[in-house]
Amino acid sequence: MGYEPQADFGTPASKSEKLVTLTIDGRAITVPEGTSVMRAAAESGGSIPKLCATDNVKSFGSCRLCLVEVDGMRGTPASCTTPVMEGMNVHTQTPRLQKLRKGVMELYISDHPLDCLTCSDNNDCELQDNAAAVGLRDVRYGYSGDNHLGLATDTSNPYFDFDPSKCIACSRCVRACDEVQGTFALTIEGRGFASKVSAGTSMDDFLSSECVSCGACVQACPTATLQEKPMKEIGKPERAVVTTCAYCGVGCTFRAEMRGEQLVRMVPWKDGKANRGHSCVKGRFAWGYAQHKDRILNPMIRKSINDPWQEVSWDEAIAYTASEIKRIKDNYGARALGGVTSSRCTNEEAFLVQKIIRAGFGSNNTDTCARVCHSPTGFGLSTAFGTSAGTQDFDSVMDSDVILVIGANPTDGHPVFASRMKRRLRQGAKLIVVDPRRTDIVRSPHIEADFHLPLQPGTNVAVLTALAHVIVTEGLAAEAFIKERCDWDEYQEWAEFVSRPQNSPEFLEPVTRVKAEDIRGAARLFATGGNGAIYYGLGVTEHSQGSSTVLAIANLAMVTGNVGRRGVGVNPLRGQNNVQGSCDMGSFPHELSGYRHITDNVARKLFEDDWGVTLDPEPGLRIPNMLDAAVDGSFKLFYCQGEDILQSDPNTHHVAAGLAAMECVIVHDLFLNETANYAHIFLPGSTFLEKNGTFTNAERRIQLVRKVMEPANGYEDWEITQLMAQAMGLDWNYSHPKEILAEIARLTPTFAGVSWERLDAEGSLQWPVNEKFPDGAPIMHVDGFVRGKGKFVVTDYVPTDEKTGPRFPLLLTTGRILSQYNVGAQTRRTGNVAWHPEDLLEMHPVDAEDRGLKDGDWARLASRAGETTLRVQVTDRVAPGVVYTTFHHPATQANVITTEYSDWATNCPEYKVTAVQISPSNGPTDWQEEYEEQARRSRRIAGTVTAEAAE
Amino acid sequence: MNIDRLTYMANQIARAFEPQGHDSAVDQAATHINKFWDPRMKKTMLEGDRSGLSPIAAEAMVKVEAYVAARPASAW
Ligand code: SF4
Ligand code: SF4
Ligand code: SF4
Ligand code: FES
Repeated sequence: MGYEPQADFGTPASKSEKLVTLTIDGRAITVPEGTSVMRAAAESGGSIPKLCATDNVKSFGSCRLCLVEVDGMRGTPASCTTPVMEGMNVHTQTPRLQKLRKGVMELYISDHPLDCLTCSDNNDCELQDNAAAVGLRDVRYGYSGDNHLGLATDTSNPYFDFDPSKCIACSRCVRACDEVQGTFALTIEGRGFASKVSAGTSMDDFLSSECVSCGACVQACPTATLQEKPMKEIGKPERAVVTTCAYCGVGCTFRAEMRGEQLVRMVPWKDGKANRGHSCVKGRFAWGYAQHKDRILNPMIRKSINDPWQEVSWDEAIAYTASEIKRIKDNYGARALGGVTSSRCTNEEAFLVQKIIRAGFGSNNTDTCARVCHSPTGFGLSTAFGTSAGTQDFDSVMDSDVILVIGANPTDGHPVFASRMKRRLRQGAKLIVVDPRRTDIVRSPHIEADFHLPLQPGTNVAVLTALAHVIVTEGLAAEAFIKERCDWDEYQEWAEFVSRPQNSPEFLEPVTRVKAEDIRGAARLFATGGNGAIYYGLGVTEHSQGSSTVLAIANLAMVTGNVGRRGVGVNPLRGQNNVQGSCDMGSFPHELSGYRHITDNVARKLFEDDWGVTLDPEPGLRIPNMLDAAVDGSFKLFYCQGEDILQSDPNTHHVAAGLAAMECVIVHDLFLNETANYAHIFLPGSTFLEKNGTFTNAERRIQLVRKVMEPANGYEDWEITQLMAQAMGLDWNYSHPKEILAEIARLTPTFAGVSWERLDAEGSLQWPVNEKFPDGAPIMHVDGFVRGKGKFVVTDYVPTDEKTGPRFPLLLTTGRILSQYNVGAQTRRTGNVAWHPEDLLEMHPVDAEDRGLKDGDWARLASRAGETTLRVQVTDRVAPGVVYTTFHHPATQANVITTEYSDWATNCPEYKVTAVQISPSNGPTDWQEEYEEQARRSRRIAGTVTAEAAE
Repeated sequence: MNIDRLTYMANQIARAFEPQGHDSAVDQAATHINKFWDPRMKKTMLEGDRSGLSPIAAEAMVKVEAYVAARPASAW
């Protein structure tokens, strides 16, 4: 593909179904009512010069370059603000218009540096293009008058520069920040000629302002004023490949714009149905880790974790791996072997990893990092509705009237979806937030939650039951919906349960610490406010009662009749890019792809016939069980692809003990991560830029990942798994992931209609794609629940065993922030460290003062599992008694603190509640220092000195 | 496998099903354990000290025992 920027139609598309026919320059054109004349002209192949209009934001009508003549209308209206009308006759190119446009252009150019030849935007600049389009040859005012040419460039943002001398004050950036991103960071300061764009106050630069570096303004800017730094450093791209972001579960699609083998920039793809042309700082800018010097490119092995690593050839590494697998299998039996697939890798890679474990190792000890985030979602939603997935597409939120956000922090965790949600909220939808912290969505520019229920961590089920109590006892239940769609007897049992006095908001107030009247208000609003949609995240799942909470959410959606159409539903916001996909691919130890239990003889036979092997018919171990079994001596070999369990899993000491007890740990990753400190074999992985495959986002949307450059390590990850399989004697011969996808489709009923060719042609598909839903299913359970009748399950509140007491009086809850991503292996290796160089401990002023701590002080954070130190941030975002931190930096080791408690149904760890004590400290603990030393030693590579210094 | 940990898990499962009434809770807890525990976990619990189990969990384990006995593949 050569380089063409994406088409810009000037103004957003109209959603109207009514059509209007008009004539533009003699061409008859039919478009939806509400379309601008500018867009109608562009859609029909014409082009009207424009500067202040772009199709991501509403038109503004300020530059007056897009003037047209319309028969019967006076003057020369701006085409970007003039809607089409039936029978209109428009002229876009006349001598009069040409003269007017030239005059406009002349004014712009007289205040613009004419350094086109050396400008990084040369040939990619709308000002230049339009000057040419209007035929500008001369500027009568000269170039020496009053102008902005002397202003200094703001280079504070790590990824883009702001050069005000090139600004034409078109306000596209301001409108993009307001309308698309919803941050309202930019303003136009001053009036008339003196007007100028400013980030925050006049004291601010981009970095210190409210800007979250989403890039929407950069994309909107028609000139080189706001521009990605690599455009200057590398030059203009010469080709573009559409691919999918590998960070979060929103699944934004991007045009990777390349110059030779170098990635110049990632530009959000306007046709992407998940992101609709928007992006966040991670996907847009934080891809520099792919070329980071810490990346390991050669395979390495060692006999003991105390030895330095030995670099070896791929042949040697693969042969050694296969021999270790054989040795351990011969000595201890197949059930001593296992591994994890990664939610970071593609569907095809996850499928192959579980396949090599089941068909090659011979055990079902396969799991995925979704274990530690969304496993309760799978369990809860399949029990209640019959599918282990969310019910809506992202666009659905634009039809919601009341949005309930529980245990999710979308502006940080799922920023592009949050921008869409915020747009809907600014249009007037109501908002209820259930979260111990006052997250950004609770109060942000032009948005204020109608109810924020700041519950005590660990009391989700109590709050949800109290909400249900109000709905049922006040007669607000959607009985007609329930009678038609759900099991009526189960409903009645449940309704009787929630109606009991001990489930009233008043009775539960001492437990939840949420004002009863707020719960009543929120319940009434949700039940009567129109289309109600629930969005939730890890603040729901990562609890002892994670699965019960998911069930309680499903109950709430059913009792209010909010399932099965646009604007409603139950929507898990998935953490990593391919959490949904890795679960779909049969990564869990008890089920094959498409969520069929391993004891299901028919399903198992299908795989056995296809793969030519006999499978173990019993469920295998989950990650925490593997670690327990390792300590116990019955689990010996672990293949870990693309996950850092030592840093991300709870109770680090326990994970370390489990890993240390294994005879062979194979880490397949980009970097020598924390888990690799305990590894014997290191297989270097490839980044998403270097591979083909598919990811499935939180909407069940399957999208292509396309290779934009060759893998620096030599192989795509699926190829490495295949090399292992071949060395073990398995007859695998995939030549492209499309063949793996075909196998998945063949073996998985919900994927039956999915193929590489279709995804390539259609952009994306939302599963199920099969006979019943040939084009996929954006909204699920439309004509009844997948399981038949919706199931109400009684969920009573069971307090967690993790309790505060005199030794550990505070509750710690954990989360993440916008600019960093999970364990930070990638984002810490990018410019994003400008925003979050270390993990901080958020603490209420009262708790801080009680302990003599001030903002920025070092504090010792201790639980019964362990202790660590980090710096304090005093804030009233958290309630007294609750503290909060992130887990992005290995030096903090926040998971030294978290305990082994986990969800009753799925063993998803209870990250969100740990009883802790905090006291002043002088710096890192002994353990942190020992750990640093151990990590340094274990990262030694024989014959190199540089790797020792890494990190 | 650590018996205390397994006992804790079994009790947690039993407790979650408790609101469904005694008989249903026993059935569902047993089904849950059969569906999600690997053979060595079941064996350790079945052969170990069951005195820490709650009444529902203990009854569920009796059902798990029958299930395991009927399936040679679940032997460890
Ligand atoms: S990068 Fe995003 S948040 Fe920052 S100013 Fe531009 S549009 Fe606003
Ligand atoms: S910075 Fe760019 S988009 Fe913003 S007003 Fe200036 S020229 Fe327009
Ligand atoms: S919102 Fe998620 S998928 Fe989109 S760019 Fe950001 S990290 Fe990537
Ligand atoms: S593009 Fe229409 S007025 Fe600027």
